[in-house]
Amino acid sequence: MGEMTMRDALNAALKEEMERDDSVIVMGEDVSGGAGGTSGKRDAAGGIFGVTKGLLPQFGEDRVIDTPISESAIVGLANGAALAGMRPVAELMFADFVGVSFDQIFNQMAKFRYMFGGKAKTPVVLRMAMGAGMNAAAQHSQTIYPILSSVPGLKVCVPSSPADAKGMLKQAIRDDDPVVFFEHKALYARKGPVPDGDIVVPFGEAALLREGRDVTVVAIARMVQFAAKAVDKLAEEGITCDLIDMRTTSPIDEETILESLSQTGRLVVVDESNPICSIASEIAGLAASEGYHDLMAPVQKVTAPHTPVPFARELERMYVPGPANIEAAIRSVLENE
Amino acid sequence: MQQNPDQIRRSYRQMRLIREFEERLHIENPKGEIAGFTHLYSGQEAIAVGVCENLREHDYIISTHRGHGHCLARGCDPKGMMHEIYGRADGLCKGRGGSMHIADLTKGMLGANGIVGAGQPIAVGAAVACKARGDGSISVSFTGDGASNQGTVFEAMNMAVVLKLPKLFVLEDNGYSEHTGSSYGIGGDLKTRTEGFGIPVWEADGFDYFSVYEAAEKAVAHCRAGEGPSAVLATATRYFGHFEGDPQHYRHKDEVANFRETVDALKQVREKVTEAGILSSGELDEIDAEVLSLIDDCVESARTGPAPGADIMMSDVYIEY
Ligand SMILES: Cc1ncc(C[n+]2csc(CCOP(=O)(O)OP(=O)(O)O)c2C)c(N)n1
Ligand SMILES: [Mg+2]
Repeated sequence: MGEMTMRDALNAALKEEMERDDSVIVMGEDVSGGAGGTSGKRDAAGGIFGVTKGLLPQFGEDRVIDTPISESAIVGLANGAALAGMRPVAELMFADFVGVSFDQIFNQMAKFRYMFGGKAKTPVVLRMAMGAGMNAAAQHSQTIYPILSSVPGLKVCVPSSPADAKGMLKQAIRDDDPVVFFEHKALYARKGPVPDGDIVVPFGEAALLREGRDVTVVAIARMVQFAAKAVDKLAEEGITCDLIDMRTTSPIDEETILESLSQTGRLVVVDESNPICSIASEIAGLAASEGYHDLMAPVQKVTAPHTPVPFARELERMYVPGPANIEAAIRSVLENE
Repeated sequence: MQQNPDQIRRSYRQMRLIREFEERLHIENPKGEIAGFTHLYSGQEAIAVGVCENLREHDYIISTHRGHGHCLARGCDPKGMMHEIYGRADGLCKGRGGSMHIADLTKGMLGANGIVGAGQPIAVGAAVACKARGDGSISVSFTGDGASNQGTVFEAMNMAVVLKLPKLFVLEDNGYSEHTGSSYGIGGDLKTRTEGFGIPVWEADGFDYFSVYEAAEKAVAHCRAGEGPSAVLATATRYFGHFEGDPQHYRHKDEVANFRETVDALKQVREKVTEAGILSSGELDEIDAEVLSLIDDCVESARTGPAPGADIMMSDVYIEY
């Protein structure tokens, strides 16, 4: 067990899977970088967040493909390569660029298997950085996993720790379905313990990070870290919570959430996305239907407001849900105790 | 070459304004008061100004992620821009957009844009409006070498030809698309590609204001005459990294110094107009001094400008009736 950043954990997952399986290829803008530059250095970027660093020197240009700025063709290329037997890992840089390539994602890769009578396999992984925290403003900060999670045929990963990032990326690469893999920008540099050896995290299994009696707190990606802060603080007052890290938003581990709710009767869902048609509203809906008889208080959703992500520091800080918002939500579901 | 001293004075000032705006941001950026991504335009001033000096009040432009130069060349208020870059409530976009989203619709400036290749179809739409108005106005998009590989750009070019629109495509090859040389990503070459759509291309030296001005003059005249779209292809470099903080491993360490030394756009204008006796170096020095003090002023006032509050975050998602 060693400590490493999420960036290094993702990089290790890519390396190990490429070593294990020759059909794994990586593509995207500047995944290596430096081609055609005047310094003559390749691997000059290694992905703009450094996740694909070192892959080109080790695996060569046929397996680590720098592409022009053509997101629609990048995802299309991954789709075609997958249908033809490869395991492409395409990087879209910022999740917001899904906008440019959405047809290839939701009309093509997600539907091949179903439309083609179950004959097709599309083992594509689409990696992308999401989330606010860099003041990158409205077109470089979104958390659009709810949009992707609503598409039948796609699996959607939202890891919150380096260990999960590694284990889930490995699973994503081995999975025969298309997987959209969200990496939160604010988590790349965070360190955490990562078990040695070949770790694989199965999809649809949430992680129970804290155990408590009073409230079930469900969180996603960066929000897990903020929720843990709030939960740990309240524990000092004797308020204890189950903290559930969803890990995948498609499939959703309904069982773990409902099981916890049946013990606590109170639910807070924390989601960095916009509130309408969010994962928070999905989980609240689950509680209202399947968990109805366990509920002792209205479900609280802690989300961003229904606005684009604003630029200024003050505004972004207000936009992103924080530990204080989560703490307040936990207290509020306990009010009618 | 242009001879009118007033015109040259104005163009030189515009270029100097862009240069000092950007050089100052490069100095201020590491101090930590400016948030987010900042992409600087230093090195390419002659392109934005050479094109925009050919435009009229009712024309439109649309910019890119590297938008400061285009905004200033189109006449956006430098103070409002600086406040925006500092995320102030009284910035041009109320601090909600930042460097990558500066827009001023009152100036026909349809925005910088964070999505590479998004602007070109939008500019085609503005050209439809220009044609409908029939007032001879035109619409201009700026496109980097990297952006030229985006499918939206091909679609926009084809559409502009098919609809015979007053649409100018300005292609700016600054040698790089992020960390990759422009030659790597472009199949064929930009001129032939553009001509393939039936769009006439005027090439220009992007370091030479007069070269760009003259190319744009012809290309703009073509659009205004109702002959359909045209293009200007200009080659230059960016003096700084892709964004502020870019270590630039892809670049030879002397590359920028060489460009600055030999072909710098501001130096070139200075040399040409003083040699031709159109303006004296004293007159140009005065412009430089005025611009420098304006930039000081912009930065000082932006640093202490008002922070935006919750009302600004929550408003304008929709129009309020
Ligand atoms: C759709 C989309 N893809 C990728 C990016 C990331 N990106 C921003 S600028 C850039 C390079 C653009 O190169 P070029 O068009 O040559 O403009 P320059 O930066 O040289 O001004 C890239 C890849 C983006 N912002 N939007
Ligand atoms: Mg470029």
